[in-house]
Parts: sequence; structure tokens; C-alpha cells
Amino acid sequence: MGGLQKKKYESGSATNYVSRNKARKKLSLSLADFRRLCILKGIYPHEPKHKKKVNKGSTAPRTFYLLKDIRFLLHEPVVGKFREYKIFVRKLRKAYGKAEWSGVERMKENKPVYKLDHIIKERYPTFIDALRDVDDALSMCFLFSTFARTGKCHVQTIQLCRRLGVEWMNYIIDLRSLRKVFLSIKGIYYQAEVLGQTITWIVPYQFAHDHPTDVDYRVMATFTELYTTLLGFVNFRLYQTLNLVYPPKLDGQGEFNLKSECEEDYALESESYSEKLSALSASLARTVPLVEDEEAEPDHFPAEGEDLETMEAREKIELEQNKQKKLFEGLKFFLNREVPRESLAFLIRCFGGQVSWDKSLCIGSTYDETDEMITHHIVDRPTIDKQYINRYYIQPQWVYDCVNAKILLPVEEYFLGVTLPPHLSPFVEESEGDYVPPEKLKLLALQRGEKPQTEEEEEGDEEEEDEDDEEEDDQSEEEDEAEDEANLAEMEEKRAQGKRLSVKVTPGKVKQENRMRTEQEEKAEEKRLAIMMMKKKEKYLYDKIMFGKKRNVREANKLAAKRKAHDDANKADKKQNKKKKC
Amino acid sequence: MRPTHSGTMSKLKNKKRNLEENEDEQLPIFDKDGGKDGHLDDGDEDQGDLSDSEESVFSGLEESGSDSDDEEEEEEDGSEEKSSDVEEDKAADGDGDDQLSAKEVIEPQTDGQHSKEKKKKKKAAGKEGGEESVASDRDSGLQISSQVDEYEHDTSDEEDIRNTVGNIPMEWYKDYPHIGYDLEGKKIFKPIRNKDELDEFLDKMENPDYWRTVQDKMTGADIRLSDEQVDLVHRLQQGKFGDVNFNEYEPAIDFFSNEVMIHPVTNRPQDKRSFIPSLIEKEKVGKLVHAIKMGWIKPHRPKETTPQYYDLWAKEDPNSILGRHKMHIPAPKMKLPGHEESYNPPPEYLMSEEERLAWEQQDPEYRKLSFLPQKLACLRAVPAYSRFIHERFERCLDLYLCPRQRKMRVNVNPEDLIPKLPKPKDLQPFPTTQSLVYRGHSSLVRSISISPSGQWLVSGSDDCTVRFWEVSTARCLKTVEVGGAVKGVAWNPNLSICLVAVSYDDTVVLLNPGLGDRLVCTATDQLISSYEEPEEVKDQPVQWAVAEGEGHEQGHRLILKHPKAVRQVTWHGKGDYLACVIPDNGSSLQVVIHQVSKRRTQNPFRKNKGLVQCVSFHPIRPYFFVATQRYVRVYNLIKQELTKKLMANCKWISSMAIHPGGDNVICGSYDCRLAWFDLDLSTKPYKVLRQHKKALRSVAYHRHYPLFVSGSDDGNVIVCHGMVYNDLLQNPLIVPVKVLKGHTITHDLGVLDVTFHPTQPWVFSSGADGTVRLFT
Repeated sequence: MGGLQKKKYESGSATNYVSRNKARKKLSLSLADFRRLCILKGIYPHEPKHKKKVNKGSTAPRTFYLLKDIRFLLHEPVVGKFREYKIFVRKLRKAYGKAEWSGVERMKENKPVYKLDHIIKERYPTFIDALRDVDDALSMCFLFSTFARTGKCHVQTIQLCRRLGVEWMNYIIDLRSLRKVFLSIKGIYYQAEVLGQTITWIVPYQFAHDHPTDVDYRVMATFTELYTTLLGFVNFRLYQTLNLVYPPKLDGQGEFNLKSECEEDYALESESYSEKLSALSASLARTVPLVEDEEAEPDHFPAEGEDLETMEAREKIELEQNKQKKLFEGLKFFLNREVPRESLAFLIRCFGGQVSWDKSLCIGSTYDETDEMITHHIVDRPTIDKQYINRYYIQPQWVYDCVNAKILLPVEEYFLGVTLPPHLSPFVEESEGDYVPPEKLKLLALQRGEKPQTEEEEEGDEEEEDEDDEEEDDQSEEEDEAEDEANLAEMEEKRAQGKRLSVKVTPGKVKQENRMRTEQEEKAEEKRLAIMMMKKKEKYLYDKIMFGKKRNVREANKLAAKRKAHDDANKADKKQNKKKKC
Repeated sequence: MRPTHSGTMSKLKNKKRNLEENEDEQLPIFDKDGGKDGHLDDGDEDQGDLSDSEESVFSGLEESGSDSDDEEEEEEDGSEEKSSDVEEDKAADGDGDDQLSAKEVIEPQTDGQHSKEKKKKKKAAGKEGGEESVASDRDSGLQISSQVDEYEHDTSDEEDIRNTVGNIPMEWYKDYPHIGYDLEGKKIFKPIRNKDELDEFLDKMENPDYWRTVQDKMTGADIRLSDEQVDLVHRLQQGKFGDVNFNEYEPAIDFFSNEVMIHPVTNRPQDKRSFIPSLIEKEKVGKLVHAIKMGWIKPHRPKETTPQYYDLWAKEDPNSILGRHKMHIPAPKMKLPGHEESYNPPPEYLMSEEERLAWEQQDPEYRKLSFLPQKLACLRAVPAYSRFIHERFERCLDLYLCPRQRKMRVNVNPEDLIPKLPKPKDLQPFPTTQSLVYRGHSSLVRSISISPSGQWLVSGSDDCTVRFWEVSTARCLKTVEVGGAVKGVAWNPNLSICLVAVSYDDTVVLLNPGLGDRLVCTATDQLISSYEEPEEVKDQPVQWAVAEGEGHEQGHRLILKHPKAVRQVTWHGKGDYLACVIPDNGSSLQVVIHQVSKRRTQNPFRKNKGLVQCVSFHPIRPYFFVATQRYVRVYNLIKQELTKKLMANCKWISSMAIHPGGDNVICGSYDCRLAWFDLDLSTKPYKVLRQHKKALRSVAYHRHYPLFVSGSDDGNVIVCHGMVYNDLLQNPLIVPVKVLKGHTITHDLGVLDVTFHPTQPWVFSSGADGTVRLFT
């Protein structure tokens, strides 16, 4: 019939996607620049539904981008800047080669720079969007701020990261919005709630990094570039919402408190202020003076039914949070020099406590070790020589556990030289059927206000193995049958041999029928039969779900068994020790 | 060598003279004291110099030659002399020697002799010039002037006249008694040095001049430095000029002073270019101006006015939310850490030894945890995490390299997936328990059939027997041996005839078991014997024969010999027609239909498509079902045409059964499926059941109850409720109601045949274990 024959791969998905190389050529950028652009603009590859169609019949592994995305990149002003920079480098090299020093100087002065403001605005049209994505930015900034100021990246970047990190922490302190904290072996996780967004970030422990060789620092640097810009704007906005001065300034009182010290010993004139800020020991200056007790009572609206319930739940949560915010209020901490100062200072200040440290440890200490008002002295060594009577000497984990538990835990388990109770992750929320470590149960009991039980009692309420008994039953049934058959066979054999059976009639026993059991069995059988009638698709899904469930149960059981074995071993040890003592 | 050259070339002569003069002049520098001892003193030198200005070179040469001669003599006669004497001798004989050694001492470095040499020569040249210009300074010995020595770069005159070996490391002569050659080519012998440590020490203690004694490497002689020489050394060590009288701070005369002289320094007229503006410069400036105008060169970048950070979201514009943002898939957040990542986890989260080993051996990509859980006693002991940067980097890679997809996570309750079926309890009656086992066969029981009255059961086995059982008691009433493994048995459904068709090998035997009503039995016998040969004998594919003798006593009545092995026999509902399957792919004779009353055989199909698996008569209508491997064909026997072709959607049909209503068919297949066809609906299965784990061997419908049953190689017999409604709008209801177990699996075979009791909801099944079981 009429009409042109449609050619293959000229419409549809084949034209909607472009491979990375094609995209690069279209943008006429080098691979490194393309990568940078993708990172900055947040463009990621797409997985086409029919790879072969898109790949024009080939099955070679390729990364595909949406053509729309690439078109979107075409008009990006930053691309022009990339090209300008390339030209600049070429010109500079030429000038160097010709030894035109004045030209070099002039060019350096006119070095093309680009700003990412518009990209941030474009990627995050609303502030909440930006706040949602701030997790990675924080983690990256905190990582970069721990880098040594040599080699891997520009010193300015490191300083900027440090500054932004400190600003963020100061903001969190001021807002008192830290919720959870977790000491992992990787670093310290913090979780805060800012404007309704849960933000989690990780800070590495204070050690020098041994830089891996298989990491492309250019990629990391590009991300950091974006993240510092984002975080700067976010910080600015957040400070504004709290009426704080940005860039942050210490308030008058705090500044006065810190002035008295010999700050020249500690840092350069130019750095001392930022160091004081990063000490996290003083509050920040505000544009509008803070009015005490401004916490307004939330208005009550008449609500009905479900709304009422949700309202009540919300109120309860709010109340709890307020309580948590004032967790350390009235407590005075002193940090010994071997504990992670920044983390603890941040934590304690976040929950309203007062904190100080040795003057020689860091700038910004507010009171001495000899202060009589100190309630908790945080030490991380087995013993300490000089102890004051009216304060607790505790290990740092207490602070972290208290924050997670939202209550002040009993300090007895955290004294010096005592084996610490396990530090649990506050991020795990056990659903039904999951394994719950006994420590968590204890903690929950404490939170509910119950008295801690003695150890013997606790061990009873471990979860039972909830394996289905069906299989066993089936097995037993089969066994019975097999037995019967064996008997019969035996009898038949005997008969075949022509021997007379000694027939004896024994009174039959009334078989006690367990009604419950039969009912259960019936139900199980019913279910099995129904499963047989499932459609193929549904059966597959069902099998998958059941497999996952069974695996979870298996893992939980394994953990429980391990714990039991451990506890048993411990008990045995204790008994032996007792015997030895006797 | 030297003499010849010097003799010929005047230039060389000059050089030599210069050298000569140098040496002569330098002598007084170093050896003022020694000069007295020596045969020359300053005055002499002066005079000599003045006088000898035109003198031949050989004066000096002679001198040195005499020196060497002296030395030689000395060596010869004074070989036993003490070293002190030697020293004296040195001082006495070699002025030149002295001078040279001193030179060498003065130069602190030993390497870079060449340059040293040059310097020396410069000095010497200076001296020569000075000698000519400033005569008064000659006494002091050292003069420096700016006059350039024309032989500066000519090195040939540096050669030593005392030792002609040239400029070589003297260690080369270490192992020889001599140290070089003099001008005449005679060996210069090393002075005897037999001082031991003690002598050395004594010398050091006793000799007041020990400290100023140095050794000449060229000749090996010890030389005592004079006071002036020592002074010179000191001066040079302090970095001063060697000449005492040299004033290094002479007032500078500013030649080009600020005072305008009346006379120009040079008389050259000024260039024209100094009057007219430069074209090149103009061009350059013009280019720059043009570039600035065009904006190619920016003299100064405009200063940045906006602060680094400001309120970016001051006015949030709802229009700025593009379609992209709605399409945007935000990156998933990092997984939050569990208890096992804690620095102090509960003990159950730590890995045991085996787990740890397994973890280490696993490929890092497949590890469930990317780290080893650790328990540390205190926070102080927590080490740095070495993979921190790696993890951040991987996160970065994920963010910009991973394709993102929205995945709809099905959050279904698995219970909801299970279809809601009527309870089996409500669908009773159906067989639930195994009540009787019929034992007796020694091999697998391929086929069973039940008498239409439901009283007797016949089973055919691979042990070449056919057994007749009483259903209610499981008693074997009769055993009939046949000549081969029995493939199929079928009881005549007609109540008034007592006949059983048994197939083995290529034979079908019609048996009269003689069970039940005797009248019926005898009537059957009569029916068979009353047959009359028709007049015209047709050619038949099957031979009919009447059993006689022993066979007849056993019950054999008719024997039908087929060309090939018969697999299945089945009766028509009326009991007159008997269909046999002779599976043989490609042959035209795969299905034959016998008419017992007329002893006639017909081959209904001219051609068979595919391998016929089983056949069946329609219970009511004149239809005939033929199941090949993948299709079931339905033929109308009266019209002699194909009415339907059912596609079973399975690989290999094993068995087939037809609903007594006639509108539904079930097919069992070797790929574990049971397909239910509704003939009114479609040629495709209405429902496919995958209940069995292994191949289905047989299926059966109950004649009255809405039940059907399937037996499989997995040893199970599954009873299903299969309700067919009279209402055409309502689809059949299929519910599995019971899984009956009992047969043991032997040789990977389980249940081979199943059949229902004609009136009761009972199921008989025969298995590979040689038993027949009754489930009620």
C-alpha cells in the first residue's frame, strides 16, 4: 500500500534517549566537564525500558540519558564558563611560554569564575526542597572539614566547609532540634529535625585520613562545591528564621566570657573568632532580642473522632519533645581532655546543659575543673586520681545514651572502669516479629517509668520460636502411616510364610481427639489447597513474600540463639567464679 | 718532547719565557727566607728578569734541569740521609718546587685543578704586566692588573718543568719508586720516607717549623713555608686580597656624573628615531585599545557586588517549579545504621569465627555488611574508619551515575493473595481417607477398571497378570495370566454384559471374569458364541480369534491381534464398541474401533496427525476424542468430520477424561498441569491447575458427583470439586478438596491410574508400588 515504510529506530524510545558519548558530543564538552555539569545540575542517567530498542539493536552496556535532560543542559550558562576557563588556561599557558608576565598577571586577575546560585535556585525551587537534600551536603562538608590542609583539595574549600559545619551546629544548638545520635564504628551519626524535615548526617572521628588512591577527588570536589553553596544558602535562611545574625556572631555576654582568656596562645588573631565560634560554648547574637518564655500555647481547635486522636497524639509528641529539649538543663558538665570535645559539647549544648573543658585543651572554656557546681565530669579513662566528691565521674557514652533514651539514665552503669552496657542504634525501629535486643526492652521499660527488673526475670521473656508446626505434624502423620504399613507388611509376610498368626483381640482405646488441633489442621489444609489454586503471578509474589518473611524469622531466631548462648556462657562463668570464691 | 717544540716555535718560546718569569717572580713570594738559602734572591731575580728579558727560555729550563740533576745526585749519594736533610735539600735546591708546592697548599680544594691552574696563571700574567707597568711594586711580589693574558686559554704552558708527567692524579705513581720524569726524560725518584709514627711525633714535638711544613705532591718533597707564604695563606683564608698593599676601597670616580660636561662622552649624533614617534609602539597600543573597546581585554573585572550568601529563597515563585521538578526523583537517603554498626553493640550482633571467615572470603560486592562489627571497651579505643572516604565517594557516584527509577512497592498482605474458595467441608462428599489397600501384584499396576455395578475391580500389572478384586473386602477373587505386561484394562460399561478388555503387547483380549450374576455371565458367553461368520469376509487390519482350551477356561473369549503394541483400550458407553490406541507416529493406523458384536474393526482415520496418546468416546453424543501430544481433537463420528481442536497449552498430554455431561474435558499432562476445557467456551483451557509437583499420569471424572481426580508421579492423588452448572452463564467451579497420599514412589513413579467408583464417592488408585488403594 501507499506511504513510506517506517524506518527502524527513528522514533519512539530510540530517539528519547541518548548515550553518554552522544550527549557529550552534543554539548561539546570533555568527559570531565560533562561529569561536572551532570553533578552540578543533578542530571542522572535513565534506564530505558527496552534497552535493545534504545541501543539500536545492540545489547552493549551503555548509559543513557534522557534527551530532554541533555537539551536542558544546553542552555546552562555554566557550560559557557567551562569553555571560558579552558580558553583561559590555554591563553595563560601561551603567555607563560612567551614570558609575558604582565599579560599573565592581567589574565590571572580576570580568571573566569562561576557561581552556582542560579543552579541551586533552579534545582531547589523551594526552601523545603533544599532542606530535604541537605543530608549529603552536611556529611560531605563535615568530612572535608577534617581533611588536612595540604594536597587533596584547596585550603579555602576546607576552611569554608569547616565554617559551614560550625554554622550548622550552632544553628542546631540554638534551635535545640537534635533528636538522635549514634556512635558507630564509622563515625558519629546525628539526626536533627529542622522545619519538619529529618536530617541525618555523619561526622568522622577526629583522625588523620589516609587518602585512598582509588577515589577520584575531582568528583568529590565538584560535589563539595555544590554542597557548600547549598549549605551556605540554607544556613543563611535558617539563621534568618531564628533572627540570628549571619554570619554568626557571639552574643555580648558570650563574647565577654571568652575574652578574658589568653586567646593569643591558642590561635592567630584572624582565626580566633572562628575558633571561638567552633568551640560551641557560647550562644549567638540575635538581630531581635530573644523574649523569654515565648513558647505560645498552641491554639485548640474543636476536633472530632479521628482528628481528635491525631491531635492528641501530636500534642503528646510535642510535649515529649519539649521535655527532651530540656534534658540537660541545669546540669554542668566538664569534659576531660581525652573525650571527643566537639561532639560532646555540641550534644550537651543542644539539650541545654552547660559545658566546659580544660583551658589548655581548646579555646572557649567557660569554667574550671575546680568549679563546685559541676554535676557531671566526663572521663574516658579507667581511673582518675583527683576526684571531687559532689559530681559524677562518668564515661561519655552516658550522654549519648541519655539523648537517645530521652531521659537521664541511671549513672551507675557508666562509672569509670565499669563495663559499659551496649550502645544501641536509635535508628532501628523494630516492627512485629523482629528481634529486639534485651537492652532495648529494658530501656523501653525505663522510659515507661517502670523499675528495672532483676536480671533473672528478664531472661524469661525472650521470644519464642514461632515456627509453624504444620510440617512437623505432617511428618508425624506420615511416620504413623509408614509404621502401619510396616506392620501390615510384616503380617502379610508372615501369612505368606504360612504361619498362623497368634490372633489376639485387645480392647481398643478411645482415641482422644484434640478438637483444637484438628481444627487447626483443617485450616492449614484448606490454606494449602487454596494456595494450589493461586494464579501463577500471584503465586510468585506470594512465594517471594513468604520467603522474605521466613528469612526475617530465621535471622531473628539466629540472633536470639546467639544471645542466649552468650548469656549462658556468662552465667556459667559467674557460677564458676562464685564457686572459686567459696 | 718539550725541547723540540720550544726549539721550533717562537710563540712557545714566548710562553715559556712568560712562565719562566712567572716562576721567577713568584719565588720571592713564597720563599723569602728560603730565597736566602737558595741560589737566587729578590735582587738577583730582578736583575735577572730585567737582563733576561730577551734571554732564551732555556735559562729557566737549565735551572730546573740543574735542579733535577741535583736531586738525582742527591738521591744517588744521599740515599741514606735522614729526612730532615732531605727537607733542607729541598729548600736548597728547588725554588720552583717550593713555589709549586706552596701553590698547591694555598688552594684548599684538591679537585678542579684546572681552574686553579688558570687562576694561578692569571695571577702570573698579572704579575708580568704589573712588572712592566709598575716597577715599584715588584718587591712585594704580587701584582694584579686588568691586563688580559693572551694565553689565558692556552693550557700547554701550564706543564710543570720539574715533572713532565702533566696534570694527572699523582696517586698513579703510588706504587712506583719514582714520581715522574724531568725534562730530560729521567725518572724523578721519590724522596725516601721512612719516618714512622714515632719519628713523626718526635718531629712534631721537636721541629718548631713542623706546622709550616707541607708536602709537594708533584715531587714528594717536604717544603717549609716562609713567613710571607704563611701570611699569604692566612690572608686568603680570611678572604682578603693576597696583596697586602692592595686597597680595595679606593674612591670610585663617577664617570657619568650628574654634572653636565661641556663635552659629550661620545661624539655620535643622535638617531632619527629618537625624534619621531615609534610606529611599532603605536600599532601595539592601537591593538590594545581596540581589544579593550571590543571587550576582549578587560582592564579590571567589575567587582562582585552580591554577597557570597543571601536569602536565595526570598521570593519563592510557584512558577519556578517546572515540569522537571515533578518528574524529578529525589535520591534515596542513605541507609540508617543498625545496632551492629555501634562501637559497642550487643554481643549477639558480633560475628562468630565462622561468620567472620565467611565474610572475609566473600566478594566485597556481595557482603551483607560492608564492615566487621566490633566491640570496643570504651569510646577512647575507637579507631579511624579507613573506608570513610570510600563510602562518601561511592555515595557521590551513586548520586550522579545511578539511573533512578520509581519502583512501585507492592505492599500486599500475602493472605489477600490467597483466593477465597468455598470450604471443602461444604463440598462433601469426597474421599478423604485411605480405607483399603489391594495387594497382590508384584510389579507396577498400570491400569485399573471397575465394574459398572461397582462390585468388582480389575487391575492389570506389569507382572503379566490381571487380577479381579472384590471392592468391599479387597479380596483377590481371580488372577488371570496373560502373555505380556498389561497396558490397559477396561470393564465393559454395559450392565448386561460381563466383559473386560485387556491389552498387552499387540493383543487385546476380551475376558469374561465370570463374576457377579451368573445369568449375565452366561448371557455374555452366549452373545460371543452366537456370532455368525458373515458371507463376505472383509480385509481387516486386526485378526479376530476365539479363545479356546486353557485360555477359554481362564476366561479368554476373544483375542484381537493388532499389528503393533496396544496402549489403551476404552469402551463406548453402550458397550459394543471398543477403541484401541496403537501409538505409532506417522502411521495411518493409530486408532482402531472394534465392534464386538459384529467382530468388525474399522480404522476411522485415514491419516493421524501426531502421536496419539489416548482416545475416548463421548458419553452421550456420537463424538470421539483423540488426544495427541499437544492437542485434543473432537470428531463427529456420524458426520465423520473434525468438530473441534482443543489446544492444551502443555507439552505432552498424558491422559484425558470427559465429564459425564459431555461439555467439559480435563487433560493431564506430563508437565505437571491439568487443563480443564469447557467445550462451550473456547478451545483453550478454561483453567489450568498446577497442583502436582510431577507429571500427571491419569485423570478421571466421577459419574455422578461433581468430582474429578488426578494422579501423579509425586505419589499424590488430588481430588477436586468440579461443579458444572446447567446454567450456561455460570462457569464451572473448581476447588481442590483433598490431597490423598498413600502410594510410595518406586522408580520415580507414583500413581499410575485413578478411577472413581461408579456410584460412591470413592477413588481407586493404582501405583508403581504394586498396590491398588481405595480412598473413601
